[in-house]
Amino acid sequence: MITITHYLVLSAILFTLGVIGVLIRRNAIVIFMCVELMLNAVNLSFVAFAHYLNSMQGQLFVFFTMTVAAAEAAVGLAIIVALFRNKETVNIDDMNIMKW
Amino acid sequence: MEVYLFYIVATIAVCTGVYLIFEKNPVFSALYLIQTMVCIAVLYILLEAQFIAAVQMIVYAGAIMVLFLFVIMLLNLNIGQEKKDALPYQKIPAILIGIALFAVLCIVLKSKLLQGKQGEYTTAYINNVGNTKLLGNLLFTDYLLPFEITSVLLFVAAIGAIMLAKRKI
Amino acid sequence: MINASIMTFNILNILPILVLAGFGMIVLVTDVLSSRKWVNRNILAYISLIGIIIAAVLTRSSTGTTLFSFNESFVTDNYSLFFNFIFLLCAGLTILISHNYIKREDINYGEYYALILFSTIGMMLMASGADLLNIYIGLEVMSISIYILTGFKRSKLISNEASLKYFLLGAFATGFLLYGISLTYGTTGAINLKQIASFIAEKGGMSDPLMVIGMGLLIVGLGFKVASVPFHAWVPDVYEGAPTPVTAFMSVGPKAAGFAAFLRIFLTAFGSSHLEWQKIIYILAILTMTLGNVSALSQTNIKRMLAYSSIAHAGYLLIALVSANDMGVSATLFYVLAYIFMNIGAFAIIIVLSRKGDECIQINDYAGLGFKHPLLAIAMTLFMLSMAGVPPMAGFVGKFYIFSAAIKSGYIGLAIIAVINSVISVYYYLRITVIMYMKEPAREFVPLTISPLMVAAIVISVVGTLQLGIFPSKVMEIAQRSILMMR
Repeated sequence: MITITHYLVLSAILFTLGVIGVLIRRNAIVIFMCVELMLNAVNLSFVAFAHYLNSMQGQLFVFFTMTVAAAEAAVGLAIIVALFRNKETVNIDDMNIMKW
Repeated sequence: MEVYLFYIVATIAVCTGVYLIFEKNPVFSALYLIQTMVCIAVLYILLEAQFIAAVQMIVYAGAIMVLFLFVIMLLNLNIGQEKKDALPYQKIPAILIGIALFAVLCIVLKSKLLQGKQGEYTTAYINNVGNTKLLGNLLFTDYLLPFEITSVLLFVAAIGAIMLAKRKI
Repeated sequence: MINASIMTFNILNILPILVLAGFGMIVLVTDVLSSRKWVNRNILAYISLIGIIIAAVLTRSSTGTTLFSFNESFVTDNYSLFFNFIFLLCAGLTILISHNYIKREDINYGEYYALILFSTIGMMLMASGADLLNIYIGLEVMSISIYILTGFKRSKLISNEASLKYFLLGAFATGFLLYGISLTYGTTGAINLKQIASFIAEKGGMSDPLMVIGMGLLIVGLGFKVASVPFHAWVPDVYEGAPTPVTAFMSVGPKAAGFAAFLRIFLTAFGSSHLEWQKIIYILAILTMTLGNVSALSQTNIKRMLAYSSIAHAGYLLIALVSANDMGVSATLFYVLAYIFMNIGAFAIIIVLSRKGDECIQINDYAGLGFKHPLLAIAMTLFMLSMAGVPPMAGFVGKFYIFSAAIKSGYIGLAIIAVINSVISVYYYLRITVIMYMKEPAREFVPLTISPLMVAAIVISVVGTLQLGIFPSKVMEIAQRSILMMR
């Protein structure tokens, strides 16, 4: 029998992996992919909650999250392309015009 | 049967997730992420969210990740640029933070779950009406406003992508 | 099986949003026409201003009612209307100060105005959202528009970098916010703020640790948007790299929207268990104002200094949230309004003094301004004094209300720390004034080209700062009336 705890633990693992990835990677595109992994983990928890709570709102939320993720991906990759055009790099350690 | 399927798929998802964050080549990272997303789509089917599973495959694994791959190829990123990746002094604290975060979440998850208010959409009801139909019904009645605002969101994204990435305006 | 009935809703509730969306599209169409030389591109700013004025009039006309629509997910009450008015004022002033700047920097595209209008839609949705879904979508519309605006100077590397930093950290923070929403939903079974509140009240407080974690993650996500420590790392860089009018916009708009959502979520949904979150916000407030003020002391770049000062102001606003009483909420409304006038005013002066290719953003560039352009220097002095909280400016009255709210709730220690912080802040605000009047000019001030729109923006800011400072009672009364219907 799979309980909701199974799903939530899996979701927590994936979310944590995403957070670690964002913190250790230096390639902007890979960081962005790790953020997508975090969003996927959250979506999984939404759907699991929706299933076990007999509610639809979780699935609805996932629908909107995916739309937002698509919009974010378009804008984020456009920003990366614009930056690459001026600097020829996507490594965030090279982003040093301004002091952090 | 379902239990085995869950464990197999979950294992694959976690493994590909780990590969995603430690893989040097961004193209492989993207492919691993697609793999993770497919696994999550399988889990959605186990959770009887067929519509979301389909959207996950089509939009997420299909459209968004192809966009990622496309940009990676466009920028022609090679492994050489990744050499500076993962500074050693940042790696250990990051993993420690991750373990701490995970530990907190897991300890908390041991608490009594599902005390929340149960809704009216039981599995039998959803199967009777159909997942997609129910979702569509909700989208166009109760949640009409966010649905319409999403059009503004996508419009903004289209404007933004053109403004920022087009070579000549 | 399903009775698919379109529920009734009053279209008047969302009319300001519809007007802004419509005018955003009109601006884009006019932009296309202007590229064919059929119309003058200068009218784009005026079209957007007309849209904002119409939306403001519509907002004004629906005051005094509390209407829930869209299955109770969207609420029109005086609180949201006050915030809508704040966002419209902020967008309007930003357009006034942008007009000359974007022409000069060769980024005069209609998309600029359209994006400002669209992000205002997002902010309005955040202030009016009565469920977490609307607040989330509003937040995303607002943030994505501002990511693009930050990178709008696409040929400038500094703008690209700022945009990328803002985007990556913003998306990261959104992940946490979403996880918080998910856990809140999972533990309460609802995304509607009222239902969450009634569920928590039924259970008699937050018994579930998962719910507490969810609330903590919500604080992380919203704390990022309002630039509170320790989620502030992006602020100075993004403020420095963004085009200056956009900096003015995002130092006020998203912050106001973030606080609108913060107050709405925490006072409505988690209102009955405020003891749990007050401790967290208490610490955040102290850290935010202290770190903001101390870091601002050593800045030499005026945009970075204002960035740290905006962090400090977020700290003061968090105090109002900690007090969690009616006075705190009305003080927030008042303070945000005052902050719009003084902050956008200060950025307006920076824009007036800058030229193409020479941003004029080192603090030493302002030496001798008092003799060359006495009026500008007086205006700048007013804004700086107001931000420092010197009577009789708006900033003083706002701080006074916030600190009184804290004392009323029994947070005397917090109020004392806040007063000490304001005293520290006087140093760096007054330093600019001193440099303007006491130092010999280090550089030439070329003759100013100042457009009527810019003059209007500075005059509105000066009048607003003085008006709110000398006669605060009327606005404060409106602010107090705004919160009566909130719960």
